[in-house]
Amino acid sequence: MSHTQTSSRKRGKLVNLRNFPGFKPTAWFVLFFLYSPLVYVVIYSFNSSRIGAVWESFSVKWYFRVFENTDIQRALKNSLQVGLVATILSTTLAVMAALGLLRMQRAGKAVAMALIGAPLIIAEIVLAVGTLGLFIAVGVPLGKVGLMVAHTAFCIPFALLPIRARLSQLDMAPFEAASDLGANERQILRRITLPLLAPAIFAGALLAFAISIDDFITSFFVAGPGATTLPVYIFGMIRSTVTPEVNAISTLLLLFSGSVLIGSYLIQRKRR
Amino acid sequence: MASNKKRRASYVAALAAASALLLSACGGETTADSGAGEATAAAGEFPTTGSGVVNLYNWTDYIDPEELKRFTAETGIEVILDTYDSNETLLAKLQSGATGYDVIVPSDYMVQQMIELNLLQNVGVASFPNGKNIKPDLVDVYWDPGRNYTAPWNYGTTGIACNFAAEPECANIKSWKDYFTAGLPKMDSLKDQVEVVSAALRATGVGKDDLCTTDKAKYLAAEELLAGFKPAVIESDGGIERVTAGTSNVRHAWNGSTHRMTVENPDVQYIYPSEGVNLWADNLAIPVGAPNLDNAKIFINWMMDPEAAGRQSNFSGYDNGITGSDAFMDEALKTDPAVVVPADKQALISPLPNCGEEARELYTQVFTTWTTSQ
Amino acid sequence: MTAVTTTPKKQAQRGRPGQSSPKLAYLPIIFLAFAIGVPLLIIVVYSFLEKPSQGTGVKWVFTLENYKALFIQEKLDGTTALDTRYIKVLWTSFYYSLLTTVVTLVLSIPVAMWIATRDARKRNLLVALVTLPFWISILIRTYGMRQIVADEGPIGKFLGIFNIEWSILYSPPATILGLIYVFLPFMILPIYASAERFDFRLAEAAYDLGAKRMTVVRRIILPSIRPGVISGIALVFIPALGSFLQSDMLGGGKTNMVANVIANNFGQARNWPFGSALAVLLIVLTLLFVLIMQGAAQRRGDKVELV
Repeated sequence: MSHTQTSSRKRGKLVNLRNFPGFKPTAWFVLFFLYSPLVYVVIYSFNSSRIGAVWESFSVKWYFRVFENTDIQRALKNSLQVGLVATILSTTLAVMAALGLLRMQRAGKAVAMALIGAPLIIAEIVLAVGTLGLFIAVGVPLGKVGLMVAHTAFCIPFALLPIRARLSQLDMAPFEAASDLGANERQILRRITLPLLAPAIFAGALLAFAISIDDFITSFFVAGPGATTLPVYIFGMIRSTVTPEVNAISTLLLLFSGSVLIGSYLIQRKRR
Repeated sequence: MASNKKRRASYVAALAAASALLLSACGGETTADSGAGEATAAAGEFPTTGSGVVNLYNWTDYIDPEELKRFTAETGIEVILDTYDSNETLLAKLQSGATGYDVIVPSDYMVQQMIELNLLQNVGVASFPNGKNIKPDLVDVYWDPGRNYTAPWNYGTTGIACNFAAEPECANIKSWKDYFTAGLPKMDSLKDQVEVVSAALRATGVGKDDLCTTDKAKYLAAEELLAGFKPAVIESDGGIERVTAGTSNVRHAWNGSTHRMTVENPDVQYIYPSEGVNLWADNLAIPVGAPNLDNAKIFINWMMDPEAAGRQSNFSGYDNGITGSDAFMDEALKTDPAVVVPADKQALISPLPNCGEEARELYTQVFTTWTTSQ
Repeated sequence: MTAVTTTPKKQAQRGRPGQSSPKLAYLPIIFLAFAIGVPLLIIVVYSFLEKPSQGTGVKWVFTLENYKALFIQEKLDGTTALDTRYIKVLWTSFYYSLLTTVVTLVLSIPVAMWIATRDARKRNLLVALVTLPFWISILIRTYGMRQIVADEGPIGKFLGIFNIEWSILYSPPATILGLIYVFLPFMILPIYASAERFDFRLAEAAYDLGAKRMTVVRRIILPSIRPGVISGIALVFIPALGSFLQSDMLGGGKTNMVANVIANNFGQARNWPFGSALAVLLIVLTLLFVLIMQGAAQRRGDKVELV
């Protein structure tokens, strides 16, 4: 009697955490919740009707509209230009900061970390209007150059995250060995540190690029004439009347994000 | 048709008469600055083609993308379009140092403010080759007498768009007061302080000549009326989409966008509120510091062509200030009572208030109080 | 991705792998001082200046009016009174963010635990599924949500079959739903990261020893995922407090969260000094929250590292 009770409890225990009541349905609900809006956007990008919510028939005409739309192409070009420059600059600065900060004095480090952390903590709108004030004060015309500066600044903490995480995992041994063998700082940096950090630098760059491409608020405030980025353009479109076309661009962007992610995953797996 | 034309003509006359009135009221103030920019007109041949780009900063959904393509095909100049949602947003952007725009589209009162702030260039628009097409009544307007800084673009009124089939209460909305106190579920408002506050002032009994009053008690009454007005959406953009999709049934709307809604859905009709409606006139202007001055002039001149102006009206749903454009306008546009003011509504029309600084502050205060206490 | 990561206390090492001359960090610091430090300083300075008569910009005259105007209103009838409008805006922002944090937390713990207890292959797939939204534009995700909750959207259509009225778009519930939707992955992932490290045999042992299910949850599971929970709370609450798009796109443009009011003062309303004062208040509140979180984490013996 007591034996059977224990064994039934035991079986219950084995499945206990794996099958904790409520966990599974919650998880499926959350996944459904996360993806249904995206699936909806994808499905309705193939809707021929001009009015978003009414399904008419299958059509790819909105994709043709997107490909014909020179404003979208220009906005995409702006986004890519700003994104690439910001990625390169922010990743470079992030590597420099990550390495330099390791041996920095406490006070200097605190100031540096506060500056780096600020974009993560302070609401973007505040930095956006402050940057607008800065550009006016310094006389930077509102446009792509300003956007690149602003994007570089708020991308640094994101580029820094994986680099710092990787640095903290590195083993001291190869550095000590190199140093014992007489390698100078520059050689160690080039031959050991950077190669060891490469995957993290790549991950940081990817993150920075994603953040820059996605940015809306800062771009909205400091983009001047001709510097409209894709999110700012899409925001304008959403406010105006062309709904199904937005679904088509969104689907293309989803495809883009998905393939970048899968691509980077494959690259990283190959490296290992 | 003939009577329509006559009505349209008297509509323009109303605008002109109003501006003449305002002009005399403002004295020489508006012309004092006209020497600020440099008149560059009539020096040699006016170019008709160019290269490079022209940066157009326009209201959202206000110009046909096809028209921009046609312009590029005919002149070789590419148009880069950027959009805004109110005169105040445009002013804010220009004052924030966005100096790269070549052509902007401010409304009447905003033109005057911008000229006072030295934000516009005096390019002698009237002497452009197509300057002769400006409707005679729209030449000596209060905001730009003689048309040195600006070319007329579309003009229209601001009333109420109502879906009479989806919202039976539409039949009972006859005034601004009805609109603000209707308390219906699917209501929309413009996000435009001049339009919203002036309508609220009218609804609380302020006459059309007193809309720039500095009497705080009157603004207090407007503020109290607005306190009870809680629309679902406060947004100038996207109204056509929302009303035609059925997301919104009653909307504070411009007549041209209402015309476009009616074309999509005939149940949507334009209401002229009994306290009166604002008549506004938008203009093409070149801001100081425009990087492509010649291209901007070519663009403005091109838009003053009757055929181009007619096509623009067909897209936007508004009448325009160019003589001879009627011939190129859709019949549906020329017969829509939203666009062509019916005879019995003529008396309701008065120009958008062009207020001094003190009244503008009060407008801002009432509008901010309303939008932040939703 | 993770603004606040909690790591167990670690003693400082003397030589660190990869360390270079501190000079290397000078350029990034100078750049950030220019591009992040100066803008923040400008906002603080603006908040003490007057608004020029033509609106946009600032007039270089010192004043405390902007801060006074946050709480006291000179009304149109000439009286001055306590102005609750901006207190309400701040309260709304705080309340929406809090609600978002609580809901995402309640949803994320089971999800993170469930993912952590799957076998390796399934786990990787699930983690990828939760991570993917990070890489998708927030604008597009919010826009997708807008179509889902629209009156004529799928929920509305479904409920329409049963004649149930559905109308939440352009109202606070839609904004809150949008915030939950956008920030949910920010809560799941750090909790998952903690849960993944958790040794489930511990819970099983406790269960073996006769502990009740809720006791296991309270005494063993929750403490072990605490660092992830703290990170998640910070990662959701802070950006939600300053969020702009969700209230703009789902709330009907009624500027009811603090970021929208700040944006409006730098746009249509053209009152930069007042917008700056509001921004300073938002910064102060955010920092206060960060301090509280750090305090809470430190009391527990975790070191909370910003960045």
